[in-house]
Amino acid sequence: MAEPFVSFASRVIPLPAENVDTDQIVPARYLKITDKAGLADALFRDWRFEADGARKDPAFVLDRPEMAGRRILLAGDNFGCGSSREHAPWALVAWGIQAVITTSCADIFRGNALKNGLLPIVVDPERHRQLFELVAQNADVELAVDLAEQVVHLPGDEDLPFDVDPFSKLMLLKGTDELGYLLGKASAIDAWEQGHPARIDTRGNPGTSA
Amino acid sequence: MAGQRTLVDKIWDDHVVAEDAGAPSVLAIDLHLVHEVTSPQAFTGLRRRGLGVRHPERTVATADHSVPTTPRNLPILDELAAAQVAQLETNCHEFGIPLHGLGSPSQGIVHVIGPQLGLTQPGMTIVCGDSHTSTHGAFGALAFGIGTSEVEMVLATQCLLQRRPKTYEVRVDGRLAPGVSAKDVILALLAKIGIGGGTGHVFEYRGSAIEALSMEQRMTVCNMSIEGGARAGLVAPDDTTFEYLAGRTHAPHGAAWDAAVARWRELPTDDGATFDRSVTIDASALEPMVTYGTNPGMGLPITARVPDPAAASDDARRRGLEQALTYMDLQPGQPLLGQKVDVVFIGSCTNGRISDLRLAAAALKGRRVADGVRLLVVPGSDEVKREAEREGLHEIFRAAGADWREAGCSMCIAMNGDQLSPGQYAVSTSNRNFEGRQGKGGRTFLASPLTAAASAVAGAIADPRLLPGIETLAAVGGR
Repeated sequence: MAEPFVSFASRVIPLPAENVDTDQIVPARYLKITDKAGLADALFRDWRFEADGARKDPAFVLDRPEMAGRRILLAGDNFGCGSSREHAPWALVAWGIQAVITTSCADIFRGNALKNGLLPIVVDPERHRQLFELVAQNADVELAVDLAEQVVHLPGDEDLPFDVDPFSKLMLLKGTDELGYLLGKASAIDAWEQGHPARIDTRGNPGTSA
Repeated sequence: MAGQRTLVDKIWDDHVVAEDAGAPSVLAIDLHLVHEVTSPQAFTGLRRRGLGVRHPERTVATADHSVPTTPRNLPILDELAAAQVAQLETNCHEFGIPLHGLGSPSQGIVHVIGPQLGLTQPGMTIVCGDSHTSTHGAFGALAFGIGTSEVEMVLATQCLLQRRPKTYEVRVDGRLAPGVSAKDVILALLAKIGIGGGTGHVFEYRGSAIEALSMEQRMTVCNMSIEGGARAGLVAPDDTTFEYLAGRTHAPHGAAWDAAVARWRELPTDDGATFDRSVTIDASALEPMVTYGTNPGMGLPITARVPDPAAASDDARRRGLEQALTYMDLQPGQPLLGQKVDVVFIGSCTNGRISDLRLAAAALKGRRVADGVRLLVVPGSDEVKREAEREGLHEIFRAAGADWREAGCSMCIAMNGDQLSPGQYAVSTSNRNFEGRQGKGGRTFLASPLTAAASAVAGAIADPRLLPGIETLAAVGGR
C-alpha cells in the first residue's frame, strides 16, 4: 500500500538508453528474497559495478554524486521491457525514484509501477528529445510533476501535459490500492461465480465440468 | 458490440465480472500458476490483511526458477534459494494450494507442467507472476504475466483489474523448410516488429504455417510473445489442440469432454472480425534465425552478417546497437556463422519440452560436442526427463559429452548456479539475450534446438540445414 502521490519537483537523472529491460533494473540473482529488503542496492547493479565488485569508472549515472536525491528518471523508449518482476519498480522506488519519463513503457512494468507509487510519464518522441536537450544544456534543471493536473512544469512558462489512466490516477492520488477496490466487488464476484462453474480443479481429480 | 469477434474478444467477454465507468474491467481468472520467486511477498500481503486464498483449487504451484538442476538427493546449497523454496512450501501448505514441489514427479517449469497436466485449456484466463505465461496462449487461452501485487489480488479474489487489450494479427503462411522451426518463426517476428512492437496488444498467431505446428511448437511461438511487448499471444484451438489435451490428468473426461470440445470449437476468431494491427510473415522464406545483440528483437537469418551501427536509422538506435555490439564483442559486418561459442544451453519454457529434446538428440546422435564446449541439456519438467530417459535420449546426450540435468529454469535466468562466466559466449534455446541474463558478463545467442545442437558439435554458430539427413531429422519432434 503506497502513500498518496503528491506533486513534487526534482532535478533529473538522464538515462538515454532504449529498451532498458528489467534484468538490467534488477538482475535475477537478486530475486531470491522473500521480502523487499535490499533492492535499492540491487538497482542497475551490473551497470554500476564491475564483476569484481568495484564501482564502474566512470561511474554509472545513478552513482554520480550530483544525482543523489533526484526523483525523476528520464529514460529511452520501451522502458521496463522483459520479465514481470515487480522487484524492478520496488527497487526504483527504494532508490527514491517517483517518476520515469519515457516515450513508452512495457505493459507489465507500467502496471507494476503504478501499483507502487511510481508514475510512468509517456511523452511523444519530439518532446522527449527536447527534454534530453534541456537536461544536456542544464544538468540541474528542475521539473515539477503534478499528477492531479497531469502536467510536468518545465522552466519558464512551459507545461508538458501527459496522459494517465484515470483509475490509476485516482488510486495514486488516494494512496489506495486495487486490491481494496477488488475486495469491494465481492458480491459481484460471488454472483458471477454462481453463473460460471469452475473450469478446473487443481487439487487432483480430473475436471468434469465443461 | 459488433457481431464478429476475435478469439481474444470472446474469452474477454466470457470473463468480465463487473465494469464501473472509468475503471478497468474486473476480469475473472480461471487458473493461477504460482512459483517461488514472485509469490512470497504476495502471501505476506495476504497475512498482513488477514485474507485467505479465495480459490486454492484454481491455483497451482511449483518450484522452478531458483532450484538447482543437480541430482535431487543433494540439498539446495544456496541458502537464499533454499529459504525461498521452503517459503513456497509453507505458503502452499498454509493456504491449501496444490504444490508440485521439488522431488514431486510432476515438478517442472510452470509453463511446461500446466499444459502437461492438462490444466491449460482453451478459452481460459490464466495468469502467473511470470512474463512467459504467454506460453499457454498456444491452447487458445488468454494467458499473461502479472506482478506480485496482482498475484496477491488473484489469490485473494480470483480476479484482476484489466483494460481490454488491443489485438494484433500475426499471419504466418507457407511451409517451413527443413531445419527451420517454430523458434525461427518467433525470432523472425521479433526481428521484424522489434522488442516493443506489440506493446499494448495481444497477438493472435494465424495462417497455414501456424496451423501446421504441433502444440509444443505453438507453445514455443506463444512463449516469446512478451519479447515483442505483447503480454499474451494466442493460437485458435483446433483438432491439434484437442488431440494434445485428450486424456491428460486435468482435462475433462467423458460427457464433459464432448461438451468442452463443443464449446472450444466456438472460440476461433469469426470471419470478418477485425484486428487493431496486422503483420504478415512468409514461412517459406524463413531461414534459421540467431540473435546477435542484447535483446530478442536483434535477430538475423543465420547466414547474415552483424549489422553496422553507422547504418542505423536514428541516433538512439545507433547507440543501442553500439552498446549491444560492445557488450557482445562483435564487429559490424562479421558473419554469425563460425562465431565461436563456449556453452550451449538446451532447455527452458521456450524449448525444454520432449519434442525439443528429440530434435536435439537426433542432431547429436553419433556425434560429439566440440572440444572445450560445455553442453547443458535441462528438461523442462520431471515428466519430460522421464520420457526422454524412456526413449534413451539421455544416453545420446551423454555420449555426445553433454551434461544431462534435473528440471528447472536453469541457465535461462541463471538464478540457480547454472550460469555463464563473464565473457563466455552461449548458444541458448531460451528466450532472452539481455545483458547478464545467463550470468553477469555472459553473452547469449538465441536459437532453435536444432541450431543449438549443430553449434555444440561445431563449437561455433552452425547452420542446422547442413546437418546430414536434415529432412528426416527435422520431422523427429512429434507431438
